[in-house]
Amino acid sequence: MTATFNEMFDGGEVRVPYARLDAWMREMPAELRQMKQAEAEQLFRRIGITFAVYGEGGDPDRLIPFDMFPRVFSGAEWARLERGIKQRARALNAFLVDIYGRGEIVRAGRIPAALVYRNEAYEKAVAGFLPPKGVYSHIVGIDLVRTGPDDFFVLEDNCRTPSGVSYMLENREIMMRMFPDLFRENRIQPVDTYPELLRRTLASVAPARCEGEPKVVILTPGHFNSAYYEHSFLADLMGVELVEGQDLFVEGDRVWARTTEGPKRVDVIYRRIDDAFLDPLCFRPDSMLGVPGLMDVYRSGGVSICSAPGAGVADDKAVYTFVPEMVRFYLGEDPILKNVPTWQCGRSDELKYVLEHLPELVVKEVHGSGGYGMLVGPKCTAAEVEAFRARILDDPANYIAQPTLALSAVPTFVESGVAPRHVDLRPYCLVGERIELVPGGLTRVALREGSLVVNSSQGGGVKDTWVLAE
Amino acid sequence: MLSRTADNLYWLARYVERAETAARLLDVGARISLLPSSHGYRSEWDSLLRASGTADGFAKKYGDPVQRNLESWLFFDRDNPSSVASCMTAARENGRIVRTALTTQMWDVLNTAFQDIRTMERSPRSEMALSRLTEWTMRQASLLRGAMEATHLRNDGYDFLNLGFYLERADNTARLLDVKYYVLLPSLDFVGSGIDNYQWTTLLRAMSAHRAFHWAYGGEVTAAKIAHFLILNPQMPRSLITCIEGANAHLDRLSRGYRRRTGAQDEGRAMLAGLAELRVEDVFEEGLHEFLTRFIREVAGLGGAVHDCYLSGDVR
Repeated sequence: MTATFNEMFDGGEVRVPYARLDAWMREMPAELRQMKQAEAEQLFRRIGITFAVYGEGGDPDRLIPFDMFPRVFSGAEWARLERGIKQRARALNAFLVDIYGRGEIVRAGRIPAALVYRNEAYEKAVAGFLPPKGVYSHIVGIDLVRTGPDDFFVLEDNCRTPSGVSYMLENREIMMRMFPDLFRENRIQPVDTYPELLRRTLASVAPARCEGEPKVVILTPGHFNSAYYEHSFLADLMGVELVEGQDLFVEGDRVWARTTEGPKRVDVIYRRIDDAFLDPLCFRPDSMLGVPGLMDVYRSGGVSICSAPGAGVADDKAVYTFVPEMVRFYLGEDPILKNVPTWQCGRSDELKYVLEHLPELVVKEVHGSGGYGMLVGPKCTAAEVEAFRARILDDPANYIAQPTLALSAVPTFVESGVAPRHVDLRPYCLVGERIELVPGGLTRVALREGSLVVNSSQGGGVKDTWVLAE
Repeated sequence: MLSRTADNLYWLARYVERAETAARLLDVGARISLLPSSHGYRSEWDSLLRASGTADGFAKKYGDPVQRNLESWLFFDRDNPSSVASCMTAARENGRIVRTALTTQMWDVLNTAFQDIRTMERSPRSEMALSRLTEWTMRQASLLRGAMEATHLRNDGYDFLNLGFYLERADNTARLLDVKYYVLLPSLDFVGSGIDNYQWTTLLRAMSAHRAFHWAYGGEVTAAKIAHFLILNPQMPRSLITCIEGANAHLDRLSRGYRRRTGAQDEGRAMLAGLAELRVEDVFEEGLHEFLTRFIREVAGLGGAVHDCYLSGDVR
């Protein structure tokens, strides 16, 4: 592991984007800081921005800790990131269209057929189907980490239903409410256009035979879901209906919502439930969350589903390795964003390397998420490493390994004052008729000293993310 | 509007109103029990439990009606679906589900009340006087109604909220009146006595209508005047006729907005017509308790019609 890149202080000098925050940080009295922190927490709780952590007891409405110290990108830094993110989102969608169509990339031998067609997330039910505008993944969340001034790596892609965008929006609202002066002194690009852009993106992929203004809905698993707040928040800001499976039904070749005035047609469904639960007739027969017959309507072009069923195959951790290849294959461009070197434990030569270097590596489950079931070698005791070794040997194909990256750090308010903490970044790229990216994203921060795990379920917090106007 | 959303709004309002009634019942009970009575302490509280429809649940859990247990049961107990804590939690949950259909101000009231309850549950009971608990509850209900009046769009959602408030209030006023019936039942000798008047006055107080009654009628407090006040006086905001009129007004708004009349409007009108022709003598002739029982059943019927015509999702 090399030295950590501090995004604010570079060799004792304050880096330009953070110039004005230096004085702000130094001049803030400790009491004011505590007062503001308490105020922020109160605001989050009153608004009801909470997430549920199951199976741990305690308060079911938990707050994600909010750190008031913003994370800042210069306009130039962002411009490069933006090109890289949009490029990747285009390539991922081209890949999905291809593998559910002619499969050129497989035929060209650039990605193993088994990895695609025998992937758990590959939906045979939509093979041969082209969604409106050729888009499978309408909201692409790309998790990025930084290791140096110009070094960004993609940790993973989220092509299904990336969550967290409500935090990006609320963090900004709360910062503007608490520190209006900061926004007067710094020229910070707004992010609050996101809901409108999302609505336009969704409307732009309405089925061809939809007449008039498309009726868009968000499909949620229900109010017990940990991300329910986000679902209702987005529905509210977009001005669309938030529905559960039981609110929809299929009749004729259309999908309808049950309303107080009788059935109303639905054209676009932004679903926040997994493929497996969408339609009990097509996927899991025990699903209570979905709409029976939905897939038939979808395949006959009567309704659009965002993200399209089957999009998950592109964000699989094993397929991830091939994304730079996708960029070259479909776009004929060089990838702007780098991948983290990844070893597939399913391959015997790579497994051998992984087992020999386990204490230096990060090992993840191929289908894992939320920071659960992973090993961060350098942070673990020898015994923990050995226990994990046994798990890998049990089912090697279920694991991938990556070098432990020196995640960049950003000043963060801690007990003793201000100290650097490691961060990552998730921007939300919108793909419809056009590709859009609001200047910002969700910065997650590992609040424990030295920790590299930023997941909220593992003691992570969030920060407001600024992109300065040039 | 989604039928499920309408359903959540309707129940949100019903739960808030029901929480307020639980608090009012506690208030009536506490005051009545301050009065020496010939048939004893026990039956006073018993009548109250019977009116709230939760007597069996209480007996199973606590046995004897001791005031402290009654406070627990009617305010804090989650095993009692009609306790203040249960109702406010259910109201907030209904609100959380339809956040998008509520204004921020309304959500703020529901969410803050929920946090308050959690704090109260953790505080020692000795620090919480009964009056503080009941006043707190009535304040929350007022805050929610105020926020609704001041900020909610006058759309169909507003009608479903109001239908919830009016139907629940109609039911609850009838139940509160019935407490008086239970208390008096053992002996008709008390009618017109000092005890009788004290009990009627207490009932008025519990409905925050004590002074309003004097404004409206003046003079002696009699059973006939009070029955008229709480059942037939359209000036009294909690009277049965006011509630049914209110429900009808919102049903009419719905049928105009949707350009469609349903069975719910027909039932509402029939109920209102019945009340409009009613004289207080008719009520006593039928028997107050019998009248109230019938009324409560009819309100439930109207609620059922609203459900079938708008909330069930089977509307065609």
